[in-house]
Amino acid sequence: MPTVDLAKSSLRELNHALHQIKAGSNETAWEVINPKGSHAVAAGVDQPVQVDVRGSVGYYCGGMNDGGAITVHGSAGPGVGENMMSGTIVVKGDASQYAGATGRGGLLVIEGNASSRCGISMKGIDIVVHGNIGHMSAFMAQSGNLVVLGDAGDALGDSIYEAKLFVRGKVNSLGADCVKKKMHPKHLERLRKLLDAAGVTGVKPEEFTRYGSARTLYNFNIDNADAY
Amino acid sequence: MTYKNPPTTPRKSATFDDYTLSEIRRAAATGIYDIRGGGAKRKLPHFDDLLFLGASISRYPLEGYRERCDTSVVLGTRHAKKPIELKIPITVAGMSFGSLSGPAKEALGRGATIAGTSTTTGDGGMTEEERGHSKTLVYQYLPSRYGMNPRDLRRADAIEIVVGQGAKPGGGGMLLGQKISDRVANMRNLPKGIDQRSACRHPDWTGPDDLEIKILEIREITDWEKPIYVKIGGARPYYDTALAVKAGADVVVLDGMQGGTAATQEVFIEHVGQPTLACIRPAVQALQDLGMHRKVQLILSGGIRNGADVAKALALGADAVSIGTAALVALGDNDPRWEADYNELGTTVGAYDDWHEGKDPAGITTQDPDLMKRVDPIAAGRRLANYLKVMTLETQTIARACGKNDVHNLEPEDLVALTVEAAAMAQVPLAGTNWIPGKGGF
Repeated sequence: MPTVDLAKSSLRELNHALHQIKAGSNETAWEVINPKGSHAVAAGVDQPVQVDVRGSVGYYCGGMNDGGAITVHGSAGPGVGENMMSGTIVVKGDASQYAGATGRGGLLVIEGNASSRCGISMKGIDIVVHGNIGHMSAFMAQSGNLVVLGDAGDALGDSIYEAKLFVRGKVNSLGADCVKKKMHPKHLERLRKLLDAAGVTGVKPEEFTRYGSARTLYNFNIDNADAY
Repeated sequence: MTYKNPPTTPRKSATFDDYTLSEIRRAAATGIYDIRGGGAKRKLPHFDDLLFLGASISRYPLEGYRERCDTSVVLGTRHAKKPIELKIPITVAGMSFGSLSGPAKEALGRGATIAGTSTTTGDGGMTEEERGHSKTLVYQYLPSRYGMNPRDLRRADAIEIVVGQGAKPGGGGMLLGQKISDRVANMRNLPKGIDQRSACRHPDWTGPDDLEIKILEIREITDWEKPIYVKIGGARPYYDTALAVKAGADVVVLDGMQGGTAATQEVFIEHVGQPTLACIRPAVQALQDLGMHRKVQLILSGGIRNGADVAKALALGADAVSIGTAALVALGDNDPRWEADYNELGTTVGAYDDWHEGKDPAGITTQDPDLMKRVDPIAAGRRLANYLKVMTLETQTIARACGKNDVHNLEPEDLVALTVEAAAMAQVPLAGTNWIPGKGGF
């Protein structure tokens, strides 16, 4: 297993080495030690490799990940898994703002809490947060699923499009055009799969409430101006 | 015979002029602000207010067609492993697929490639039409991140992080439902037919310190190969340029308020931002103060129409210019041959700006399959190439007349201003004097 020590190697060397991996390579398990809050760790991975980061990372860890399985054995700074295409990112600790921003696919698991704007502008990613999420999460969320085992802060799902939000705890307030929705069997099934994939045990899909778009802001209407 | 008092000529208000009155009536009737495309239409201090001095006894000119006058420019020399080399200092600005039709994007790529310059994607992702036909393609990284993916990031020749644009510094966009075809909807991950709002602010960074880290991330993803541009609207050009440089930009793209947009509120286009002429000197000053002039390249846009505008922008310190509206006109936008169709839409040639409605008679700003057939990408691309070459020749003509063997050797000392305003903004003397407002002289 290649180990990259960021106290000795540069970030550029690490990411370049990860980008050089070709399909079918045997070096499919990497370890990164001493990240010490470095930004853009394992950004742009485009092969199905496992990257274990031993420690906490700064901004944009696993940015644009496309197929990698990245585990942060610590906490993550802003924008972890931003614009992820596919693959998995697991953060063992907490995550800062904009976790999974604009993500298009794959699964992002935050085992601790996530901060504000979690899942902002998400475009197909699945995000599972074991703890709580902060304010303005899922702002303008387009598609994908955001699952929160704890509570959500203010203005959840403001200006949301077709993303689906599942919250087990309480929601401080809903944003413009975001409403509580009925949980149908297909949603329970989807939730069960997401909880399984995220390694969540002892929690039932029936404990969650679903939120999504009321679709009243989809086409401009002057009488909705106070919502804009 | 009784004396009749002379009648008073009916007098219209300068404040409440016909246009203003029509806008009040329109707002009252429809309950919505006016949305349109294009840039500021009001009269603004512009490059027309500047003149070149030409050669004289103290400076001798170069022979046209005989003595070389270089026009090439290299962009992205600061950090990128693979800077962009362009034959001409005129690029094609970002215009989205979605806003423009596929054939129009293809025509831009074809024309720019023939002329030896680049095109830029826009808010909506990279299309095969444009990647396939643009030898040099700049991929915009926008707040909406519509269509953003690492594969396209890596097959771009440069990346432009869009912070703002001249038509609407501080504003996002709105692509109305009628232009959201299946293909556009699919590229943007949104349902067909709904209004698509493009955010005004990036979702995962705020402020110059974050921008520096965002640029680092994009460089890491692309292995430090691609030049990274930062595009700013003409709001606070001195500080925005300085902060873009501080954040690590290879190139700063500065767009004044005459720069166009696909769709924004009229009130925004006409009342927010500064004219292009007012933006350039503070931006160049910022680069000079940081010792980065010509090291970080400056691309100026917003109302560039001909070689004289190009020459003036370069003389004031830009490394290149960018055209959007003018490129669309070269493709066939607002062409008189569609006058009957324009009339049917309640407008006329030269005034059509409802690009957001998707009914463009010229077939450029539309997703209507029948209308878009009106653009022949090969012929339209050729027209754009011709136009770019003419602009380049015009720029060289002026440069040679000023005795320069490279268009980038033009300098502020080659210019005078026709108005006090232009003299103050461009920081060149008022014609016939050596007075630069704010700088002394008489």
